[in-house]
Amino acid sequence: MEREAKRWLVPYGDMAPLRQLVLVWISFILPLLAWALVSYVPFVWHPLVKITDPSGVSYFAKDILIERKTFDAENAKAAAAGQALAVGIPANPIFLPAPHEVAIAFYKSFTTPPKRKGEKWLHESLWQSIQIIFWGFTISSIIGLPLGILCGAFPFFSKITEPFVDFTRYMPAPAFGALAVAILGIYDPPKIAIIVLGTFFQQVLVVANSVRKLDTSLVEAAQTMGASRLQILFRVIVPGTCVDLYNDMRILLGWAWTYLIVAEYIGASSGITYFINQQAKYRIYDSVFAAILMIGIMGFTTDRILNWIGKQIFPWQKTSRPGLLRTIALSRQRKSREVAA
Amino acid sequence: MSQVELPSYTAQSPEVAARFAKIKLRPVILDIQNLTKTFHSHTTLENISLQVHRRELICVVGPSGCGKSTLIRIVAGLETLTSGKLLVDGKPVDGPGSDRGMVFQGYTLFPWLTVKRNVMFGLQVAGESSTIAESEARQWIELVGLSKFEHSYPHELSGGMKQRVAIARALANKPRILLMDEPYGALDPTTRCKMQSYLMQIWRQVDVTILFVTHDLDEAVLLADRIIVLGANPSRILEIIEVPVPRPRSVAQMLTPEFLATKHRIEELIHGTEEPAPLPNIRLTMAGDDVE
Repeated sequence: MEREAKRWLVPYGDMAPLRQLVLVWISFILPLLAWALVSYVPFVWHPLVKITDPSGVSYFAKDILIERKTFDAENAKAAAAGQALAVGIPANPIFLPAPHEVAIAFYKSFTTPPKRKGEKWLHESLWQSIQIIFWGFTISSIIGLPLGILCGAFPFFSKITEPFVDFTRYMPAPAFGALAVAILGIYDPPKIAIIVLGTFFQQVLVVANSVRKLDTSLVEAAQTMGASRLQILFRVIVPGTCVDLYNDMRILLGWAWTYLIVAEYIGASSGITYFINQQAKYRIYDSVFAAILMIGIMGFTTDRILNWIGKQIFPWQKTSRPGLLRTIALSRQRKSREVAA
Repeated sequence: MSQVELPSYTAQSPEVAARFAKIKLRPVILDIQNLTKTFHSHTTLENISLQVHRRELICVVGPSGCGKSTLIRIVAGLETLTSGKLLVDGKPVDGPGSDRGMVFQGYTLFPWLTVKRNVMFGLQVAGESSTIAESEARQWIELVGLSKFEHSYPHELSGGMKQRVAIARALANKPRILLMDEPYGALDPTTRCKMQSYLMQIWRQVDVTILFVTHDLDEAVLLADRIIVLGANPSRILEIIEVPVPRPRSVAQMLTPEFLATKHRIEELIHGTEEPAPLPNIRLTMAGDDVE
């Protein structure tokens, strides 16, 4: 038993793939279990009572939620008056729907039309949000990525931009919301602007930092082979840091999603945030959870896909398993070697 | 302990003497005159003067921190000199250039390029078309015996193989002088020994002048025509030794009297002849298990 525990907890140790898989599943199953526990086991939490038979209590009605304290007090009163007691089952607040309710809402949100005309379906709201993210992140990257690379490679660019960038990034992007609306109107442009403001300044610093981490002896080696400054930039610094930069972009994209929610509040509320707010207004909390879950799933899948693509396009990375393209290349080499032999 | 009687390290056999006479007639490739390097008002190299002739193999040795790496980096143009002159083919050095190829201890292969593309790098940077660069790179890869690995990435190679690629990559630019900064320092003794033989073999095939920094005295005596012995604080040349070991060299010569005499002389220069001060005795034994 003790030996088994030691095997699971090795500092910086390698872990068998099967063990890893088990832990990955547990990381998702454990929170789900906790949620199910709170939702389905009557004596865990359940601070409210759902009335099944109001009986003598005048203001109770079937299916309403009453606080347990009030329920007990009213029943005590009814008992004293010699009336029949109200009956109810333990319930959770409406803002905590059970897993199966969310699952149903998740499915329904794609199959049932929105409540009012002119409102958007969940997937339409999501598509709107994705467009905002896409444009915000693209515009930020077009300027931020090259600037960050220059800052990381040349102290000149670092000193002339980074102090200001560092200063500006402490101003929260949402604070520019009112300004963005005044300048860019109430529809998509100010929202895109908030994403850009939220991402850009971090991006410059993060990218610059990754570029600075490049092994400078690679640059020296290139210099001793007669490479010019421009050649060093494009043939050493860019390829030498692109794996790190790619991973930075993945993390920054996650940040962009965080800014999305704030951005969508600005001007005419739109996208997934609008959807969530509308559902909350109607007190359809299972749909709220479904929408939030949708964002999580979107983000997670995008990241996994980008991770997989990364493995394919950077075949020189030291990974346990080579990517698909590298595997093909290796098998081709093996074949050509066999042919040569 | 009885001391083995060694011949003088300055005694040269007629062939060796003739070889040195011939070398001295060759043109000077690298000319260092009164080179001084001051760093933060601390002199790291003082008054270094050295002439390296064409196709000579020079080793630089010295205690750690003596600035031997700084010296080779200055020659490479990666660091500036404070005063003095540094000429390659009679022209003063201004920054790094492909006429002085360098092999670093840390391999410094580009991890995103295959072996072939690594070797092609310098040629492509010089504006060579990729077909020419490719065929030339192949030739150099063949020279270091890695043809089978031309499509491999550096992380798929062993330390010795990586360093062979680094040598091929430096030689592909046809440098006037090849600078090697403790290139085998990170290799295990067996691999290092192989790499030394490799280098001598390559050096016989390729017309190249080599400046080789090392802290391994055996390596220095085995490889060098002349050995520059640097002292520390501030670092100046203690002696330039003409190695009396005849060529072609092999590992078997490491026990010959002239080899040992040369090595002994360098040790004397670096460590001095004085006995080290006695250290206190400290017992780590438990009660009852002490031995005499």
